[in-house]
Amino acid sequence: MTYLAKPKFHHPDLPKNDLGYTHRDYEGTVSTLCAGCGHDSITAAIIQACFELSIEPHRVAKISGIGCSSKTPTYFLGNSHGFNSVHGRMPSVLTGANLANRDLIYLGVSGDGDSASIGFGQFAHSLRRAVNMTYIVENNGVYGLTKGQFSATADRGSKSKRGVINTDNSIDLAAMALQLGATFVARSFSGDKQQLVPIIKAAIAHKGASFIDVISPCVAFNNHAGSTKSFDFVREHNEAVSRLDFISSRMPIEIQYDPGTVEIVEQHDGSKIALRKLAADYDLHDRTAAMGFLQHHAAKGQIVTGLLYMDNESDDLHAHLHTVDRPLNELGAKELCPGQTALDKFNAGLR
Amino acid sequence: MKNTDIAAPDYFHKVVDCQWACPAHTPVPEYIRLIAAGRYSDAYMINWRSNVFPGILGRTCDRPCEPACRRVRVEDEPVAICRLKRVAADYKDDITARLPKPAVRKNGKRVALVGAGPSSLTVARDLAPLGYSVTVFDGDSRAGGMIRTQIPKFRLPDSVIDEETGYIIGLGVDFRAGQRIDSMKALLAEGWDAVFVGSGAPRGRDLDLPGRQEAAANIHIGIDWLSSVSFGHVTKIGKRVIVLGGGNTAMDCCRSARRLGGDEVQVVVRSGFDEMKASPWEKEDAQHEGIPIHNYLVPKAFTYDNGKLTGVTFEKVKPELDAKGRRKLVPAGEPDQHFPCDDVLVAVGQENAFPWIERDAGIEFDEWNMPKVDQLTFASTNPKVFFGGDAAFGPKNIIWAVAHGHEAAVSIDKLLNGEDIADRPMPAVQLMSQKMGIHEWSYDNAIELDKRYKVPHRDTVVALKDIKAEVELGFDPKLALAEAGRCLNCDVQTVFSAPLCIECDACVDICPMDCITFTQNGEEAELRTRLTAPANNLSQDLYVQDGLKTGRVMVKDEDVCLHCGLCAERCPTGAWDMQKFLLDVTHAGTSCRPPARSAA
Repeated sequence: MTYLAKPKFHHPDLPKNDLGYTHRDYEGTVSTLCAGCGHDSITAAIIQACFELSIEPHRVAKISGIGCSSKTPTYFLGNSHGFNSVHGRMPSVLTGANLANRDLIYLGVSGDGDSASIGFGQFAHSLRRAVNMTYIVENNGVYGLTKGQFSATADRGSKSKRGVINTDNSIDLAAMALQLGATFVARSFSGDKQQLVPIIKAAIAHKGASFIDVISPCVAFNNHAGSTKSFDFVREHNEAVSRLDFISSRMPIEIQYDPGTVEIVEQHDGSKIALRKLAADYDLHDRTAAMGFLQHHAAKGQIVTGLLYMDNESDDLHAHLHTVDRPLNELGAKELCPGQTALDKFNAGLR
Repeated sequence: MKNTDIAAPDYFHKVVDCQWACPAHTPVPEYIRLIAAGRYSDAYMINWRSNVFPGILGRTCDRPCEPACRRVRVEDEPVAICRLKRVAADYKDDITARLPKPAVRKNGKRVALVGAGPSSLTVARDLAPLGYSVTVFDGDSRAGGMIRTQIPKFRLPDSVIDEETGYIIGLGVDFRAGQRIDSMKALLAEGWDAVFVGSGAPRGRDLDLPGRQEAAANIHIGIDWLSSVSFGHVTKIGKRVIVLGGGNTAMDCCRSARRLGGDEVQVVVRSGFDEMKASPWEKEDAQHEGIPIHNYLVPKAFTYDNGKLTGVTFEKVKPELDAKGRRKLVPAGEPDQHFPCDDVLVAVGQENAFPWIERDAGIEFDEWNMPKVDQLTFASTNPKVFFGGDAAFGPKNIIWAVAHGHEAAVSIDKLLNGEDIADRPMPAVQLMSQKMGIHEWSYDNAIELDKRYKVPHRDTVVALKDIKAEVELGFDPKLALAEAGRCLNCDVQTVFSAPLCIECDACVDICPMDCITFTQNGEEAELRTRLTAPANNLSQDLYVQDGLKTGRVMVKDEDVCLHCGLCAERCPTGAWDMQKFLLDVTHAGTSCRPPARSAA
């Protein structure tokens, strides 16, 4: 961390987005995490993604639980809505907020402790309910705030900083998300923003539950030899299934690709994802195959990254519940208490 | 791109824009930090060593450092470097005890310096303490040269000149006041071991226009007139005065005229206002005193009546680009304009004049009638004779004269020690970590957003009444502290060590100016297009280091780095460090000569 606030000066030729903002306008306060923390890179990737998408900051709600990762919403989108909730309870708070105001963009930020241990149930139910959100887990495999005990995502056989071997089986959150019905599942690495930024952009554009598992080395407690979440290990064992470019609905497709190497996937809002396949036999739209692919590579000690699964016909909780298009929090007494006649009519329908 | 060699003194020197731009390479950020710390005497001594005349330059320097200041690229206005220098001079304690002592033992070599201006005095300052017998000749009674005669007292009081020329004369220099050298041959015949010519560019250009001779009584050459004013020979001028010319001399002329009875002083320049040679602040000061500046007017004739000047006629011109894209002034086709006036001051440039150097004295002159002088050693074609200041390459300014003086002194010292003067000494360079703790640095790395502070001025009404009343009052310590805080400490360098880097991107993410990129290597032109933020300023280098585990390179664009040290604070492994780069130009003395071989 640093005691200095980041100076207000910025590069004079910094690009501006459609709203006239630079990426600096999407920053929060200066990070108080350890120097070199992977989470800060994810913060930077979120800032970059929101900047590139020209998102109006007041249209975003960032919600988190407890832990190093859950501190990070303070460090990005300083002009957005934020809720630092109870340990593991980010998904319920987010679900509630989303039900009340469906018009906002929801960023759920959590960690491996928050989502894979104390909030495991919450994690599962928010995904299976298809809450329209981008759920980001900043996954470092340790409890950093309590000095580096293994978390539930630490791989079996990996070594702690003090030399202890982990004997518990690990939870693969991306595999869980696939199994739970998330309609956008990706895994990335904090040290690879070229991969991470387009994934975050695509996830924000996706309607329904988007889940991103971001491996984020803990420089203080999990960046040593024997760790499977260190910078070196992840770089050596990274098996990217694809590289993608996100193309917003406003932009023409300008990028030239060799035919056959790229798949263009269109999303609900008209945005497109240009997918450059790296694993030849990988099918982005086959949920069960994706689960198998993950298991297969995990057994070989490889970390599969990239956009793993996407359903471009996805729906969300509001569609399932047939709620009105207008956000519930905007409904007034007139809409909510339409009067005796309406009640009688409604009751008659139940008889 | 190849790995950047930070061991080459020039690399980090260029990053310290102000020091690089300064002809004498004064370590600017180093003394600004001392001013901020209230250590005015220490700040003064750094300046004194490097530019010899801190009090004089702090008021009059042409400040090449300021347009170069990084703050211009980051914000808008440069740090007021020049006026901070003055603060060091104004608030220092008695520093006489810190000056070199006159040499106890002379080395038997005699050096003659012609002229007691800034270049000669610099040579004297560098050589006298080494034991040389230095003799300075000047036609005037007091030392200073153009500093004394051409700069109006309301910009530079005599007391400051006396003090700083006194420090040099006090080093055991033999100052022959009032002794003008009229013959180089005669001087050479006196058997000096070396002669340095620092006689300036003493001749003001004239305008040979109709009416010039007839109205001569009221047409004055700018620098001659200024010098007469300086010596008190001229104490008044007509009510309506026209100043011809757009340089700093013209600005001094018009402001002086304004104080000697010129109620309606106007400056008329051939070029556009923006292309005038005068420094922007000098133009501002003149306008502030109610002096209008008219542009695009070429003088055509002096008008007169009964042998008395009545005014000047001008032709209106406009700028036009010729076929080669050069700007030319062409007649605008408008009727001529006549400016009535009582006196004209001609300040259209000055030139060298060496009537006293016989052309058969063994010193070759070129086609422009200028001595042939080596750009590096300042030697003429007579190996014993050196030139410096305006005398060497035509009119420049004080700080250039000082820089020439230092180099010429090195040449003289080497020559008289039997060395090759073309073999120039390297500068002395230190690179030292500033780390004091995890988040502590031995410099103030917080970035101040303050705008440039204005130097308080004396009330114009009061200032215009007395030609000796100094207009600028200088920063007080409080303002100086605030202004010093604007300095970005560009000499505290970001030093990168690839073997320590784990490529966590922390520096990339925190950098407020987006200076840092980790990417595949490439050729510079192409690499510049792939960086985190545009790197369009080709005058600023890219710092490139390879040897990273992923095979990428670290590329840092030096252009707008704030030297805030956040990259180093955020680096978990200490791959980034903030290290102070201190470069001292090597002056005459043992360090400018290769170490003597051991007898054993």
